[in-house]
Amino acid sequence: MPPNAPRSRTALFVTCLNDTLFPGTGRAAVTLLRRLGVEVDFPPGQSCCGQMHFNTGYRRETARLARHFVDTFGGYEEIVVPSASCAGMPAESYPLAAVGDPGLAREVAELAPRTYELTEYLTDRLGVEDVGAHFPHRVTYHPTCHSLRATRLGDRPHRLLRAVDGIDYVELPAAEECCGFGGTFSVKNPAVSGAMNGDKARHVLETGASVLAAVDNSCLMNIGGRLTKDGHPVRTLHLVEILARTAQDGPLPGLPVVEAAR
Amino acid sequence: MSRSFLGWPAFPEAAAREVGNRQLRENVRRATHTIRGKRAVLAAERPDWEQLRDSAAAIKDRVLAGLEGYLLQVEEKVTAAGGTVHWARDAAEANRIVTDLVRATGEREIVKVKSMLTEEIGLDAALEAAGINARETDLAATIVQLGDDLPSHVVVPALHRNRSEIRDIFAREMGRHGRPAPEGLTDDPAELAEAARLHLREKFLGAKVAVSGANFVVAETGTLVVVESEGNGRMCLTLADTLISVVGIEKTVPRWQDLEVLLQLLARNATGERMAPYTSTWTGTVDGDGPRDFHLVLVDNGRTRALADPVGRQALRCIRCGACMNTCPVYERTGGHAYGSVYPGPIGAILNPLLRGLDDPQTASLPYASTLCGACNEVCPVRIRFTDVLLDLRAQVADGGRHPVERVALNTVGAAMQRPLLWKAAVKGAGLLGPLLPARTPVPGWTDNRALPDVPGESFRTWWKRNEGERA
Amino acid sequence: MTAAAREEILRRIRAAAVPPAPEPPRHYLRHAPGTDPDDRPGTLALFAERLAEYGARVLRATDPGPAVARALHEEGARSLVVPDGLPADWTADWDGEVRADRPPLGKAELDATDAVLTSCAAAVADSGTLVLDGGPAQGRRAVTLLPDLHVCVVRAEQVHSALSGALAVLDPARPLTFVSGPSATADIEMIRVKGVHGPRRLVVVLLEAPSG
Repeated sequence: MPPNAPRSRTALFVTCLNDTLFPGTGRAAVTLLRRLGVEVDFPPGQSCCGQMHFNTGYRRETARLARHFVDTFGGYEEIVVPSASCAGMPAESYPLAAVGDPGLAREVAELAPRTYELTEYLTDRLGVEDVGAHFPHRVTYHPTCHSLRATRLGDRPHRLLRAVDGIDYVELPAAEECCGFGGTFSVKNPAVSGAMNGDKARHVLETGASVLAAVDNSCLMNIGGRLTKDGHPVRTLHLVEILARTAQDGPLPGLPVVEAAR
Repeated sequence: MSRSFLGWPAFPEAAAREVGNRQLRENVRRATHTIRGKRAVLAAERPDWEQLRDSAAAIKDRVLAGLEGYLLQVEEKVTAAGGTVHWARDAAEANRIVTDLVRATGEREIVKVKSMLTEEIGLDAALEAAGINARETDLAATIVQLGDDLPSHVVVPALHRNRSEIRDIFAREMGRHGRPAPEGLTDDPAELAEAARLHLREKFLGAKVAVSGANFVVAETGTLVVVESEGNGRMCLTLADTLISVVGIEKTVPRWQDLEVLLQLLARNATGERMAPYTSTWTGTVDGDGPRDFHLVLVDNGRTRALADPVGRQALRCIRCGACMNTCPVYERTGGHAYGSVYPGPIGAILNPLLRGLDDPQTASLPYASTLCGACNEVCPVRIRFTDVLLDLRAQVADGGRHPVERVALNTVGAAMQRPLLWKAAVKGAGLLGPLLPARTPVPGWTDNRALPDVPGESFRTWWKRNEGERA
Repeated sequence: MTAAAREEILRRIRAAAVPPAPEPPRHYLRHAPGTDPDDRPGTLALFAERLAEYGARVLRATDPGPAVARALHEEGARSLVVPDGLPADWTADWDGEVRADRPPLGKAELDATDAVLTSCAAAVADSGTLVLDGGPAQGRRAVTLLPDLHVCVVRAEQVHSALSGALAVLDPARPLTFVSGPSATADIEMIRVKGVHGPRRLVVVLLEAPSG
């Protein structure tokens, strides 16, 4: 077998942020997909989709990373991504970055429809909503901007969450408002970003949830950073880290357990 | 002396100042949420909303594709109907034309219908320098003018002011410019509107010259269209002897029938109404009804620069409904002044750089005044893809070498990301270093507002190799 | 100078080299959403409902004289300006002062007149809109602008379901005023205040043919 040949048809693109800072998300994705019978591979050559470069205006660099993405994942039938914003890159942004490189544009167009955000993969590709998860905690959910308006996940994450056994799911007020992260926006415009994030954190606290879930760890890092800085014990978890837990795992240590009302 | 945005600081600095103003944030939040709610109800009322947007975007694209022909048609039709057409390459030229036209009438005080273009070119200040007092007549524009303030919204320029601030401005300033505010004026909105009615009525009845903009100019008929709510527009367009309309070249629409699309979208998006209370249309002059002299000043002032930008030209579809700013989470926190232009919010973040170029640090900062959340894309009646234009402008800024340090940093990271061994080493290094790093290392701009996440002891790829490598 | 400017602007437009754009699609509704455009009673009911939402008064009548008199009386008008071409029977039942706009009244005189009575050129049910085009019985624009009360007689057959229908019959060469409810502003804290500069009160007499 050639060294680059895939060992299975499904690849996990874990994303650079998850690889370095949120490895628990990648581990949970592997656990969950295996439980659902998906043999998932992690091509080790993978790195970053180039979103930060693209959103900051560095298109040539993005094109190089798009080329790297295509080379790494081109051999797989489907690519699963535990991040709505990174999952949207091949369809949304690579075509713009590949302007002037028809070969790359073609390969991108071929690969983009096979690239799935994780919850979309569960509901649309695998056709499951109840993934057999158990999570006896109060959870609220922040629909990230990319999940709403780029990957257009709609209520898929909500359906998955509501099907979790033991969960006390509460709606987040003003859920569809941006948390103010915006990648380099949070560094270039810290005052505005901070004001937006403060409002988001306040809404999270209003729910009384002990866990804030989302499908983008970047936004969770932003909101969670604010909650931590202000001394609030709300945990931020990628949605898949909730979906991966089963009754055998029991409650998540350190979190208040809700009454088994259901 | 009227204020202007000249020399305004770049967005991050101006925004930081505005964000700190609690009263302003509260005023802007309340206003934007109110219009947002009304708009949502009326947009949902139309099952053909998306078809209207498709049509509107295509109508405006048609204008941009055939602009030369449509402008010549406008010129021909307006001239044939008794009007005079002038062309202005830039703000100075437009102001000179209007000043000369007013001077020729001998009038020293004129009335104006709210027009974003005349704000853009600084017409009031130019007239003032020529000894001509131009009085704004739209209620919000009056509040801005009397308060020696700057507009902060394209539909509701005084949206950043609350009722008690407006009361104070009226009580203090009206007497200096005409009929004073009634004694004992309270901050009841109806009373404030009545004070404006009384103050402005004598100006309407006495005015010989009026200046307006236009929402649309219909090429096939040479008809100008002004949409408004209060009747101040009708006063100006009807009672003056001389009417001077100053209009951006992109305001053209090809056909009379196109108004059935644009008028319906404009009112619903701008104010949450099916139609604004008053829409006035006129073609040249009419004997015995309205102004005897009509001048149309067609203004470029950067529009052809925007037109030459293949991605950015879609910003010229804009019909100034303000829905993008009403829905923008950044605008909601900063208000309009942070954008340093009469065009704030998402449209301002793209239109100002497109009209004026990216050489000025202020305009170059605007494409970054967005989290790219995309809420503006969803509400735009002419389907401007704000995020596409923002990203393209950012690429232009980056290509212009404006952020050298950032470029080196991102290129370095990017280079490592394309080299698996290098990247693997970097990720592993981060994992190994994690426990050694002080957990709360300050990062400029980030840690003022939030804590950094803990760096895990092991990257995902290390875990995978340890647990899965053997499996394979 | 303006000639040089004209040439320069047109040159810049050509230099921008915008690719051609197709004819716009027009798949939107040409009638009020949720209605049957052929349902005349429904269209008139919608027109009356939308006007009422604006705070305009609607009187449905088969005989204009008594309805106009009632409107003017109930609104407390004592003086009325009427444009040329207004049918004499519209004011026959009213006992207040009628001022003809011939020769044209001055701005101050119009401002000092309580009410104006006109017909219209077209109307739109969907948005509760009246359109004046300066034709017979409508008068020049100042006449319907300065008095504080506007009474407008709309014949039922003039009411179109939506804006499209009205635009198709209107003549853009005439000065048109589309009136959708009385003058209003929301410039102060987005609170709607009726009546700023234009007429603060609007009464529509919707004239239907006598039945039977």
